[in-house]
Amino acid sequence: MTQPATLASDYSNEVAQEPIEHRFNPYTGIAGEDFAVLAGDTRNTSGYNINSRYDPRVFDVGDNLLLTANGFAADSAQLISVFKNQLEWYHFDHNKALSPQSAARFIQHLLYGKRFFPYYVYTILAGLDEEGKGAIYSFDPVGSYEREQCRAAGAASSLIMPFLDNQVNFKNQMDPASHGTEKRPLRYLSLEEVIQLVRDAFTSVTERHIQVGDGLEILIVTKDGVKTEYYPLKKD
Amino acid sequence: MVSVPNCRDSNTPSFYALEAIKQGSAAVGITSKTHVVLVALKRNAEELGSYQKKIIKVDNHMGIALAGLAPDARVLSNFLRQQAMNSKMVFNRPLNLGKAVYSIADKAQDNTQSAGGRPYGVGLLVAGVDENGAHLFEFQPSGSVLEYVGAAIGARSQAARTYLERKYEDFADASKEQLIEDALTALRDTLSQDKELNAQNTTVAVVGKGENFTIYDDEDVQQWLDRLDTLSNNRNRNEPEDEEQEQEQDPEQPAEPAPEPSEQSDRMDTDE
Amino acid sequence: MNHDPFQWGKPLDSVYGPYNAKIAHATNKRTTNIKDVSDFPTMHTQQPMITGTSVISVRYQDGVVLAADNMGAYGSLMKLDDVERIVKVGKDTIVGISGDISDMQHLHRILDDLVVEDRYDMESDHLKANHVHEYLTRVLYNRRTKMDPLWNACIVAGFDEQGEVFLKYVDLLGVTYTSPALATGFGAHLAIPLLRKKADTDEDVKNLTKEDAVQLVKDCMKVLFYRDARSLDKYTLCVVEKSTKQIEIQKDVKCEDMKWGFAKDISGYGLPQL
Repeated sequence: MTQPATLASDYSNEVAQEPIEHRFNPYTGIAGEDFAVLAGDTRNTSGYNINSRYDPRVFDVGDNLLLTANGFAADSAQLISVFKNQLEWYHFDHNKALSPQSAARFIQHLLYGKRFFPYYVYTILAGLDEEGKGAIYSFDPVGSYEREQCRAAGAASSLIMPFLDNQVNFKNQMDPASHGTEKRPLRYLSLEEVIQLVRDAFTSVTERHIQVGDGLEILIVTKDGVKTEYYPLKKD
Repeated sequence: MVSVPNCRDSNTPSFYALEAIKQGSAAVGITSKTHVVLVALKRNAEELGSYQKKIIKVDNHMGIALAGLAPDARVLSNFLRQQAMNSKMVFNRPLNLGKAVYSIADKAQDNTQSAGGRPYGVGLLVAGVDENGAHLFEFQPSGSVLEYVGAAIGARSQAARTYLERKYEDFADASKEQLIEDALTALRDTLSQDKELNAQNTTVAVVGKGENFTIYDDEDVQQWLDRLDTLSNNRNRNEPEDEEQEQEQDPEQPAEPAPEPSEQSDRMDTDE
Repeated sequence: MNHDPFQWGKPLDSVYGPYNAKIAHATNKRTTNIKDVSDFPTMHTQQPMITGTSVISVRYQDGVVLAADNMGAYGSLMKLDDVERIVKVGKDTIVGISGDISDMQHLHRILDDLVVEDRYDMESDHLKANHVHEYLTRVLYNRRTKMDPLWNACIVAGFDEQGEVFLKYVDLLGVTYTSPALATGFGAHLAIPLLRKKADTDEDVKNLTKEDAVQLVKDCMKVLFYRDARSLDKYTLCVVEKSTKQIEIQKDVKCEDMKWGFAKDISGYGLPQL
């Protein structure tokens, strides 16, 4: 973890120059049968400093798409503003909404286009696919991506992801009736269940990770559009 | 004495540029204090062909209507879109309308002076809202740009201007619906005897303070046409005592060298 | 410490040997017997030279209070004692800038050009604080992307196009955020906890009066002068006020009621005394 650059630069000449500053807030995307959610905490940190308690970083970019790019905050802002701009051109050129799979492929090109000076971000895209089913796409900084049922990125993703594996994809869960011989059959979670999962994940992670806290913002996309919910987290 | 080429001289490129606008189908724009309305008559080159797009969105707060060479208008609207995007990206603010029209005016003016090129063969009505309210500009290939309360360009546009001149005092406080009605009525006046407005050949666009630039085409435009008492302009012609009639018969009177475009000339390669 | 700025931020010759410019073909210039800076490969800013310390700011019910002291430090030397680090941009924006002073002056020039260009393009002044902030962000982010940053952290305050109060941070990396209380440099460590006692949430901001906010910022400037070695007890204090649409700038404000007695006799170190 780099020292906060402003402090380091102002008061020391021993800290090497770093063009980025890591700011890995946790983000979680979960897809349901007819909805998708993308949630993140609202705390903005650098090093041990809390810069802001409300700095939401999950964006409704239009066309029923939710986008977050997590990592170096300035790259994240740049990536999202470039995406929004290009989305507008897509509308001018094609006169229709951008589908999640097209958006995902386009984001790959944005990221890979800077392969040798990458956007230092872990990106998650959420939307509804052509069948109306929830879709989550997750990316690494240079554009590798895949569609998933759920994904956690950023700080404490290593704490959240196993929890989601277990609770969303029923990993390591057995059907009780089979006395531990059959896997628990997969099913779609309801929106209420998903929101409760996300809230549980973030309240737990707030206890265990210093960069997590202050507030949880959940964006929910359904065929009727995007809804935003806010739940306070501990501020310590 | 030095003679300065004038766009009225039929041997200058600008003359042909203005001529292209006159042969393009008509577009009308009106402003109130809060809204700007653009309406335009679309043409298809032949019965089986599609209709040429007449109104182009530039950004949520502005758009243009064109008369003349549509490819030239596409170049200009793409340039405006880039300017608008740049303003949002760099300054986090919508492009200022005055700045927008002068940016294309400067491009157009360059073309009137440089050798080897030709002027843009298209006239634009640029409509939008910014910090100062609603604006309507007319852009000409000469690079001249003027702001209007109501303006009309394209074939037989004098008829529409005549209507606007008679009604413009009511525009400032008019509702959005009233503005669209007036704009469509003005557009209707440009029609020749055998034509009438319909959902296929009419485009309406509105933009207001806090209201995004919206284009109504095809089935969406019917709601506005329904507000007119009649879709053809026969009404004016059938009343001999109507004082507009004289101008109606001779819409392009001031422009001497320009032969009035007939319905045949509507099939020329403008607006395509 | 080696006080030659050209030696700052580089491996010590005494430890690592002289710089070998042949490494990675860093230059096609003469690589032995390097005498002056022109023999080095092109280098970008790697550390600030003369620096300004913290800028602090807090929202109150009717606007923002923002302050920055007047010192420019060259390493640990007080090189300048009368620099103005709060820049007015147009009539609706102020920018408090910390970090490298020459880069600050460069930004000042860029922002002045921006104002001139804006007035040239349009009939009236429409350059609002949020526009200035976005522009600064683009400038700083593009420079960091060129790996040639402008070494500053800025706080932009003023009014937006709706006449609402605006307060946002941007730094040399192009990172931006907003909060009821913002501070750069040492202020982020020393002033922010004090400011958040009175203005942590939007609800707190609604209850904070102008008088209290000004007093709070003055107290913070005093704590900073006590605890930040590279700070000054003379500073500029600005108040952005929504109801009057004015930005008031007070120059040469001094830290008052300072206690320099023995520590055992002082409690609170600059906060209201018991």
